[in-house]
Amino acid sequence: MKKLLAATTAAALMGTTAFAGGHSEVKIGVILGFTGPIESLTPQMASGAELAMAEVTEAKSLLGGAAVTPVRADSTCVDAAAATAAAERLITSEGVKGIMGADCSGVTGAILSNVALANGVVMISPSATSPGLSTAEDNGLFFRTAPSDARQGVVMTEVLMEEGIKEVALTYTNNDYGKGLADSFQAAFEAAGGTVTISAAHEDGKADYSAEVGALASAGGDRLVVAGYVDQGGSGIVRAALDSGAFDTFHFPDGMISAALEENFGDEIDGSTGQHPGTDSPGAARFAEMVGDAFDATSPFAPESYDAAALIMLAMQAAGSAEPGDYKDKVMMVANAPGEQIFPGELAKAMEILSNGGDIDYVGATAVELIGPGESAGNYRQVTVEGGKITTVQYR
Amino acid sequence: MVDILNAIVALTNFVIIPATAYGAQLALGALGVTLIYGILRFSNFAHGDTMAFGAMVTILFTWWFQSMGISLGPLPTALLALPLGIIFTSGLLLATDRVVYRFYRQQKAKPVILVIVSMGVMFVLNGLVRFIIGPNDQRFADGERFIISARDFKEWSGLREGLAFKTSQGLTIVVAFICVIALFWFLNRTRTGKSMRAFSDNEDLALLSGINPERVVMVTWLIVAALATVAGVLYGLDKSYKPFTYFQLLLPIFASAVVGGLGSPLGAIGGGFVIAFSEVTITYAFKKVLTYLMPEQLEPDGLVQLLSTDYKFAVSFAILVIVLLFKPTGLFKGQSI
Repeated sequence: MKKLLAATTAAALMGTTAFAGGHSEVKIGVILGFTGPIESLTPQMASGAELAMAEVTEAKSLLGGAAVTPVRADSTCVDAAAATAAAERLITSEGVKGIMGADCSGVTGAILSNVALANGVVMISPSATSPGLSTAEDNGLFFRTAPSDARQGVVMTEVLMEEGIKEVALTYTNNDYGKGLADSFQAAFEAAGGTVTISAAHEDGKADYSAEVGALASAGGDRLVVAGYVDQGGSGIVRAALDSGAFDTFHFPDGMISAALEENFGDEIDGSTGQHPGTDSPGAARFAEMVGDAFDATSPFAPESYDAAALIMLAMQAAGSAEPGDYKDKVMMVANAPGEQIFPGELAKAMEILSNGGDIDYVGATAVELIGPGESAGNYRQVTVEGGKITTVQYR
Repeated sequence: MVDILNAIVALTNFVIIPATAYGAQLALGALGVTLIYGILRFSNFAHGDTMAFGAMVTILFTWWFQSMGISLGPLPTALLALPLGIIFTSGLLLATDRVVYRFYRQQKAKPVILVIVSMGVMFVLNGLVRFIIGPNDQRFADGERFIISARDFKEWSGLREGLAFKTSQGLTIVVAFICVIALFWFLNRTRTGKSMRAFSDNEDLALLSGINPERVVMVTWLIVAALATVAGVLYGLDKSYKPFTYFQLLLPIFASAVVGGLGSPLGAIGGGFVIAFSEVTITYAFKKVLTYLMPEQLEPDGLVQLLSTDYKFAVSFAILVIVLLFKPTGLFKGQSI
């Protein structure tokens, strides 16, 4: 019996080796905050990225038929030390050739400077939006398919101004993301002639936000801008503001827009507005079609995650190598014109074109256009809450 | 005139009501701490987590009741589950006493050793609660959310300011009031209560007059279990239930007990309200209220906020330090530490 077992194991082992030999394997890390303040968004983001990897694996054309394996790790979104350790593990023990992530700006910056730079690994973040990352030292290794919040601040200002709102109170979650977004919004809003009556930070994970809301209410304003997280303090602030009657309508940037917002508040926040990165390019519809019922394709940053993973693999193909040092220079090339436009579901075609020496312009699910230091130019979906549902107003 | 009314309403809505409810929660917590200090003679660091444990048991039973369709109509179902929570918490505290504290009591250990021991108990409870219900936010409130909602009040009064009075806040104040009355009646009028006070005032004399110390200790734990569970559940109903926030509550609760005077039940209540009102008023931005009250040319431009809300806990600390410096026995003449 023992012998039989040993023989079976040996056979199985040989089988795997043979398989791996036939089609070499490329591992790509997926570092997202599976626990922490945006844990309700990350499962869809990871699924988006893994969808792209499955598509490429199935096409059997990456670097002559390599299989792409995703390796997940938890960035926690807030704990830089935990995120750095997770990234370290991916690179040193799993041997990933690129990182799809991280998600939140603070941990993304930490992983970039402590792990990715030191090991020379490419990172493409789908959701880190802090303006600070535009100028971070990256040796050409860091890209993002999400736009910088400097752009979001301008878009927010446009939305509010068109609604005729000139005076707002502003609260932000006390971290890189919240502070960066709040600052860029305040600058843009004041430049456009609006007034920010108060810009107050809130800490995540507290039981009670009535004191914070008291201060916000006292400062006053036509609307409360909540630059926070829906699974954390952001919702607490909105709850306390509604309960005390301090504000009836809100404006929500990307971290707040998710199904959880509808669940928590329903029609209590009717008339509120918001925006998150999104596009009406045909790519978004095709992405939704591909996803089907597997997960929510309109969940924030899920399409960006698909694109981030796709860009890593396309760049590898363009360079003819899975080594980050070789393919890092190709990311901008495959993302931007000239070349044939590539939409979600067409990765096999793109691989084909690239291996024949052609050029592609990856459009993807979010109309990717990388500018400046390798970040998305930024398309936003403007939403409003009507009858308890988040509905699209327009894209800008 | 309307301006004055608006100012009063704004102040009530954002300062007086929240601070009163918070004060009641702190007072209940501080009563537990002060009883243990008075009778068992140590500062019980595990109190915050006892509250979390009691609230957790209550939540689990509340969910069970909700799944069976039992409810209290406009009142939260948690009230129905509260007695069960108290029973389980009593069991836990008596078991801890039997397994841990009794040993040190028989050794006549110094209070500081008991404090450290209670920290150990705190860590164990910490883990136990997280192990059972997890570290995340749990929602268990149901029933009518408001006694007065801000929108209704605005429509009814025609004022610019809304006034919200949540069911949980009303409930907190009423239940806390009942608990305090019952506790004082027990301590001052019943035989067991009197023997507890005697034991607290002078242990040797109490033992000489034939008071059974083990019984006094047991009754103390039972009362503490009831107070902690009630405080924990009310806090969870009013804010939200998350184990970590109960751990954080330790500081304001101890501040309340010390400011009022450790060992003095009346002091615990007074201290609770002193801490709650200082926390809320010092971090409140008075701009709105002053804008209503002041003539137009004197209206403030700034927020008129003494401290940013981030420093809420610093307020309890500061008051604690000031009281210990100038009146070490607390405002109501408790024992000095």
